[in-house]
Amino acid sequence: MPLVFAGVCSHAPGITGRADQADPAVRNAFYDAFGTMRASLEAARPDAVVVVAAEHFANFFMDNMPSLALGMADRYDGPIEDPAWLGIDRVQVPGDRDLSQRFITEVMQGSDVAYAEEWRFDHGIMVPLHFLTPRYDLPVIPANINCQGPPLLPLHRAWAFGESLRAAADALPERIALVGTGGISHWPATPDSGKINEPWDRDFLDRWAANDRDRLLDYDDLAVYAEAGQGGFEIRTFLAVSAAARGARGTVHFYAPIPIFAVGCTIATYALAGG
Amino acid sequence: MSLYQVQKFLYQVNRDPALQERYLADRGGVLTPYDLTHEEVRALVEPDIGLLFHLGVNGQILMHFAALHQIPWADYLRLMREGIERHGPVREGVYAVTGYEGVPELGTEED
Repeated sequence: MPLVFAGVCSHAPGITGRADQADPAVRNAFYDAFGTMRASLEAARPDAVVVVAAEHFANFFMDNMPSLALGMADRYDGPIEDPAWLGIDRVQVPGDRDLSQRFITEVMQGSDVAYAEEWRFDHGIMVPLHFLTPRYDLPVIPANINCQGPPLLPLHRAWAFGESLRAAADALPERIALVGTGGISHWPATPDSGKINEPWDRDFLDRWAANDRDRLLDYDDLAVYAEAGQGGFEIRTFLAVSAAARGARGTVHFYAPIPIFAVGCTIATYALAGG
Repeated sequence: MSLYQVQKFLYQVNRDPALQERYLADRGGVLTPYDLTHEEVRALVEPDIGLLFHLGVNGQILMHFAALHQIPWADYLRLMREGIERHGPVREGVYAVTGYEGVPELGTEED
């Protein structure tokens, strides 16, 4: 089936872990936008959701760091963080090993990926699932782009990965949804935590909504770091979704800097053809 | 200087409750398999969050180590700032590689 859903959202741990410290009006508007995204996802009637994340040393480390990885298991545990710290209880999230294997086999036609039969979800996946599949009843295929430990995947390869995800989704009989999660500008877990470059974010989201490949690839990591922090490296997850959406126009449903969440909180989706 | 070894220990302790228990019971003992300098051992045993950040530990690894020690978020941020003030810019790692020069502007944090 053609890809049935494509969207992106923020995943910062403060979204749930420091919820009580945020301005309630802005926080609740953000949560409502997550609710709208959840409704859109459910309306697409997916059989599984591929979550393209930028994990934070929960599973992958510099002893053997894959640029791209996909999960291939029937279940995943999370969060790996202290549940009280994150504000999300430990759960078992359903996967589908057979579907993952077939999906990965198709992805490999276009991108070299590692696969993992063990994967413990950190906030990068758990925060989105907490809002989008709160009953944890939709099988997940986790995907990861290394956005943490340089050398990092070149942006055009992140784009190619998105194209591979789309080709794989289209090749399988199941209805596949795609959710990218990451920050735009942010300086997570550093002394600069809470700093957000809103103009940079809005310019990026303009490019994302237009699905303008040339402009989305027109970044280099040193400039991204200077203007958007090391968290800005996570734009790779958003780019992969853009590539998978193949020129579809996007809508930014919510954007607001929420410093205590340490990120410009974002909810956005693409209108897929036939969707 | 063995940032890789420091981060390797932190990566492992962050994701292994049994290692967390062993570390809390014998902080120095669990570090013997790792190739660490005296400065790094001291930073991990105390723990000295500011020194660890100065040495170059990625915040995505360090914040969970701080949480293990029940350090509140605001104190975690403060300790890193103090580490930069005391020891100077980050020596190594992702922040140094990309030109991190410390914390020129504070006050954007709400907490």
